[in-house]
Amino acid sequence: MTRGFQKAFKAMMISSSILVGSIAVFIFAYVMIKGIGGISWSFLSASPSYLENRIGILPDILNTLYVLLTTLAIVLVIGVASAIYLSEYAESKKLARLVQGASQILSGIPSIIYGLVGMLFFCQILGFRTSLLAGSMTLVIMCLPTIMKTTQESLEAVREGYRESSFALGAGKWRTVRSVVLPCAADGIVSGCILCIGRILGESAALLFTAGLAHSVNGYLEGMSSSGATLTVALYVYAKEQGEFQAAFPIATILLVLALAVNLSASAVGKRLSRGRS
Amino acid sequence: MNAFTIKDLCLWYGSMQALKSISMNIEANSITSLIGPSGCGKSTFLKTLNRMNDLVEGVQITGSVLYSDKDIYAPEVDVNMLRKRIGMVFQKPTPFAMSVYDNVAYGPRTHGVKSRAELDIIVQDAMLRAAVWDELKDRLKKPALALSGGQQQRLCIARALAVDPEVLLMDEPTSALDPISTSKVEELITSLKQSFTILIVTHNMQQAVRVSDSTAFFLLGQMIEHGPAERVFSYPRDKRTEDYITGRFG
Repeated sequence: MTRGFQKAFKAMMISSSILVGSIAVFIFAYVMIKGIGGISWSFLSASPSYLENRIGILPDILNTLYVLLTTLAIVLVIGVASAIYLSEYAESKKLARLVQGASQILSGIPSIIYGLVGMLFFCQILGFRTSLLAGSMTLVIMCLPTIMKTTQESLEAVREGYRESSFALGAGKWRTVRSVVLPCAADGIVSGCILCIGRILGESAALLFTAGLAHSVNGYLEGMSSSGATLTVALYVYAKEQGEFQAAFPIATILLVLALAVNLSASAVGKRLSRGRS
Repeated sequence: MNAFTIKDLCLWYGSMQALKSISMNIEANSITSLIGPSGCGKSTFLKTLNRMNDLVEGVQITGSVLYSDKDIYAPEVDVNMLRKRIGMVFQKPTPFAMSVYDNVAYGPRTHGVKSRAELDIIVQDAMLRAAVWDELKDRLKKPALALSGGQQQRLCIARALAVDPEVLLMDEPTSALDPISTSKVEELITSLKQSFTILIVTHNMQQAVRVSDSTAFFLLGQMIEHGPAERVFSYPRDKRTEDYITGRFG
């Protein structure tokens, strides 16, 4: 009886693992096969035109890049600064816990709600209208908890002896944080950034509301102030609203490859992190 | 001449009293060892001398600590300048995650030395005095964390010397080291005596006898006995000191 049970259990475990593995392989292969043929230089380097019956994703690539850089720059400054404040300066532990709790709640909110609130707050109240800027600001709020958490964790993992030794040499607080503590936490900040890049590349719901759907090639400043679709949003628009699957699958392929690259670099940094600590 | 004059020093961590009315003088340019069982307050006492206890939450201090006849707890005292004059070496070596050179140059740079030539001189001088120059002069650019434990600790001493302190507080500086490194650090401590006032917390009685001029025995937050090391170890006046140094408890 028990042996039969063990056998059945083992068989179940093996088949579930195979199932999980094959689903991943299937999705990856399916998207690749459908999409890779559609990727060409003209597809990547042109903008779409109804008149010439042409599809190109250059504007979407640029929009993604603009949103990525803007969001990352802002989230890095605010996130790292507040993490430093909370773990190094905040005298009231209550405040630190409160902010930590709040950011935990933030990280659990479905992204569509960020989109809704972002639309009302950034587009309407602050008057950004539907623009990449409004989209970026919404993404900043979504990414803040991540970067704060990884930064704070790595700041807290820095050996207490480092701070003491620095103070004992007559260094002030800021000197200690800047020259001794922060460099040790750099890996954590980098891994936070990578997680954020993954989130920004993959986000669609919040951007549908806030950043818009336009596909026009703009410079950075003009692009930020006007409506624009990122790659994920473009994927949605092409597939769902226009039925252009020969555009959707190549975009999906590009996104998959990017996601894979982000994952690989995250685990590479993670490995370095654990090696550095041991 | 006295470097420190301590009077009625009491210290509380929250509601726990860690130091009870300690009064003692510490002579300049001598080595004073602080001995006593774990938790007796000797490390806490050491940390009151450069105000490292300020960093502990909920700490409360009464009494007075005079250094060169000035109250170090007076409100106008610049704590960073105080810690520059009164350096500290910790139990575990704590080289920063930077190169050997940058570790030693960290203190001087903190206090405003910018010229490379000047830094080179300070670094070399501090490393010579800490007896690590010969071993490490070809590895100045290497990460300090790659050094052996003994080298790391002597590097930390060099780092402390580089800010040109007058006093060195050492909190069990050899307890994490092997015997050979320990004897090197002890030699170093003895050689530093001419130019510095040194206080060393140690659990090692032999070490206390070997390196120190005077010894203070701490027990349960009180300073029981303080006198010339030889006298304290040969003819302890207090029964509790005798019991401790003869190994009856500890």
